[in-house]
Amino acid sequence: MNMPLDQEKPLLQVRHLKKYYPIKKGVISRTVGYVKAVDDVSFDIYPGETMGIVGESGCGKSTTGRSLVRLEDPTAGQVLFQGKDLATVSQKEMRKLRTDLQIIFQDPYSSLNPRKRIGDLLAEPLLAHKMATKAEAEKKVNEIMEIVGLPKQYKNRYPHQFSGGQRQRIGIARALMLRPKLIICDEPVSALDVSIQAQVLNLLKDLQKSLNLTYVFIAHGLGAVKYISDRITVMYLGKVMELATTREIFEHPKHPYTEILLNAYPIPNPHERNRTQMVIEGDVPSPANPPKGCVFHTRCPFAKDICREKAPGLTGKDHLVACHFPIDEGKV
Amino acid sequence: MGELLKVDKIKTEFQTDKGPVTSVDEVSFDLKEGETICLVGESGCGKSVTSLSIMHLLDRNGSVTEGSIRFEDKDLAHASEAKMRKIRGNDISMIFQEPMTSLNPVLTIGDQLTEGIRLHMNYSRADARSYAIEMLKKVGIPRAEGIIDEYPHKLSGGMRQRVMIAMALSCKPKLLIADEPTTALDVTIQAQILKLMKKLREESNTAIILITHDLGVVAEMADKVAVMYAGQVVEETDVYTLFDNPKHPYTLGLMKSIPHITNPDDMRLNSIPGSVPSARNMPKGCRFYDRCPHAMKRCLAEKPELKPIEDKQAHSIRCFLYEEEEKNYEKKHAEKQHAEKEVSS
Amino acid sequence: MLQYIIRRILIAIPVLFGVTILNFFIINLAPGNPVDMMVNPSATPEQLAATKHALGLDQPIWVQYWNWIVQLLHGNLGFSYSTREPVTQILMAHVGPTVLLMGVSLIVGYLIAIPLGIICARKQNSWIDYLVTGFSFFGISVPHFFLGLGVIYVFASKLLWFPTGSMNTLGGDGSFIDTFNHLVLPVLVLATGIGGNMVRYVRSSMLDVLGKDYLRTAKAKGLSQFLITNKHALRNSLIPIITVIGIDIPLLIGGAIVTEQVFQWPGLGLLTIQSITSRDYSTLMAINLLAACTVLFANLLTDILYAVADPRIRYD
Repeated sequence: MNMPLDQEKPLLQVRHLKKYYPIKKGVISRTVGYVKAVDDVSFDIYPGETMGIVGESGCGKSTTGRSLVRLEDPTAGQVLFQGKDLATVSQKEMRKLRTDLQIIFQDPYSSLNPRKRIGDLLAEPLLAHKMATKAEAEKKVNEIMEIVGLPKQYKNRYPHQFSGGQRQRIGIARALMLRPKLIICDEPVSALDVSIQAQVLNLLKDLQKSLNLTYVFIAHGLGAVKYISDRITVMYLGKVMELATTREIFEHPKHPYTEILLNAYPIPNPHERNRTQMVIEGDVPSPANPPKGCVFHTRCPFAKDICREKAPGLTGKDHLVACHFPIDEGKV
Repeated sequence: MGELLKVDKIKTEFQTDKGPVTSVDEVSFDLKEGETICLVGESGCGKSVTSLSIMHLLDRNGSVTEGSIRFEDKDLAHASEAKMRKIRGNDISMIFQEPMTSLNPVLTIGDQLTEGIRLHMNYSRADARSYAIEMLKKVGIPRAEGIIDEYPHKLSGGMRQRVMIAMALSCKPKLLIADEPTTALDVTIQAQILKLMKKLREESNTAIILITHDLGVVAEMADKVAVMYAGQVVEETDVYTLFDNPKHPYTLGLMKSIPHITNPDDMRLNSIPGSVPSARNMPKGCRFYDRCPHAMKRCLAEKPELKPIEDKQAHSIRCFLYEEEEKNYEKKHAEKQHAEKEVSS
Repeated sequence: MLQYIIRRILIAIPVLFGVTILNFFIINLAPGNPVDMMVNPSATPEQLAATKHALGLDQPIWVQYWNWIVQLLHGNLGFSYSTREPVTQILMAHVGPTVLLMGVSLIVGYLIAIPLGIICARKQNSWIDYLVTGFSFFGISVPHFFLGLGVIYVFASKLLWFPTGSMNTLGGDGSFIDTFNHLVLPVLVLATGIGGNMVRYVRSSMLDVLGKDYLRTAKAKGLSQFLITNKHALRNSLIPIITVIGIDIPLLIGGAIVTEQVFQWPGLGLLTIQSITSRDYSTLMAINLLAACTVLFANLLTDILYAVADPRIRYD
């Protein structure tokens, strides 16, 4: 496990990141409010580690991920990659930085041009960035295809000729072509079958070790996040609820939401089926109209008056939690 | 508990331009009143097609070409469309994976809920409406009197799935087929829906065929389980035996490939290499052959049958590795029959 | 919703201004001018200049436009250069026949096309599907003048079932039956085109809806095929059709210039041709303005119909 050491410099720093989408209304399209997709999110990512981001739909995890590679322009806040603010760097510098920052999507198929052969698709970014000649690119394509476990002869095939798992391998291969430092994995295994998920997760793990990659791994499946992450950020309605090492999150969750999320997972052991389960009622509120105070108070079984009025800040040293009444060891 | 449903070696084929494609082959299982069976497997294993075959909801080019489906005293495999219409929504109902697209966007919740009630239960418009409100309350929908006049898009995914459940259970079916009912939902909502299904199952004694790929859901819900692979049942037994003593190499592989939150920290996932063979070119012998760590020569050429093995509980497996156990079962079974015969004579 | 309608109407005003400016200048770019058409060919240049001056045609074009727009804002569309009648009066006389012809054609076209489209989708790839689809391609691709002349030849000249043109028999009583007889052939031509187009949209839209999950839900409830098609599928499949209807509505006014010409139907289409040949700028401008208004109105109506048909759409 790659624990962040104090003297180590973070690869990526996220500072008070906000992404608001305006809601327009009326005769002259006045902005009457905002969907606060990401609302004041901060964290650091250290070289070589995997930061997992988990949460239910609408929690802002994908928007956060997309903001990290500037597929979204943040409303406020900073994303610093090796100390450089991605929002303010020049076009030219951004293009250079893009080779270090890559993203893998849930459905790689929709981002693959259906009329191009896989070999050409993979070579494309290298040639576009003028980082290689045609021959070099071809060599590199062979190399990367081998790394991700795709037979070389598949180079001449088109995207539709691949299965879901193979397409995700192509997605990974494409992200690797430019030798990035950081890869954002946005729900990379959610659309895959169980047995294929394990293949892709293992591949990502092995690649991290051999190529010294840093990952941000976004998923709603806690199992996959636990398997691959060193640290985990739990998000709810655009805000960070808890951030700690994977072991801490799973063994000593401090936020009631984390506890409930862990508890909601069905356990693949029928002998456990009669355990007492904490099921919270209600839906995730709309991010256009988040609750006042702590955003989780509407569903929190422990909510008190202060939770309805004042939003808790994210506090703690290594184990950060945003809760007025964090769960402590003795209590539970 | 009486026998409710018996699916016996059905084969479902789809007619395509390139000839017939077999999507489900030799699938058998049975179900008693009030019992829950889980069909578990990956996409393309035929679990959904099996359930659609029972309901006659296959696309126009698909049909059950072999085997039989007995529901109570009716033969569903050869039932006419008119007969099926009386059964659907009444004796057997169904909920689907995508609550977002399973409700008609231009009709109100009430419209969609009452049409089945009026059709099968002959309620008047007013009675159907008050009964529908009662059903919505039963599945935990707040403000049911108001929600009934809303359109589906006003509801969240979890609420829509509750509406689907209310709709499916309103005519008091004997069998509910739930096709991945929680897959599209968030995990806290999934927990709500599973809890609701358990509660309603207890109240109504409805038998359930639950289709899922999630072994966690299986462990929560099932009485018995049929593991499916490439259009066939490869292992069938009760839920405790399946998790305590899984036998088929595919079941074993599946269990070890799931990243679960209760796994130890440094456990490496055991991935099953390769992918599911396509329905167009199924292997002649065992369909798991090229992904199986125990594959033998005969697996390539010979087709294993789903056979009961000697175990504490009823347990059937489609694999040559367990021939010994199969023989033991046969021997014991024959002895038992013999003994019974002697007693009766 | 009301707010939305108000906003749309407010946006429509500058659009209309833009349209009138463009039209005015484009018309004036055309060679020739009304005076050449109205005065005696043997008139002297002085006489021509005098007439021009009297009509204000010697002024700079932007002044002419200014005069026209000021009059328009007073509700005055001016006088026809060729007949000297008020343009409003001329328009009124021609709008009725066009709306009648196009209205009947649209209704007939839709009434035939929508059920046929549904049948085609329900029985995709059957002989009836192939037949109807083939016929719809014919309807879309055959030029109106050609089809018009064809039906005149067959049904009017040879079989003598219907009159060859115009709206009423000259010197006739102008009765409903008489008008009906005159309507049949042009409606046949127009409805073929409108219906042929519509069948394709209904078919593909219905095919799309028939594959939706909620229809499987409806079937799983035990509903009959009739209810599934006509209650659950039809309303959904009509939503995209609204766009096609929205595009068709302006035809009510813009009419079928060619068809009206072929059948000598005294509508706006015929008036347009006459105004162009006589360089009757003021009438042309009025027709264009009316057409622009209709298009904008049809667009607004389309959006409103969307919200009526699809509860998910709300304009606010």
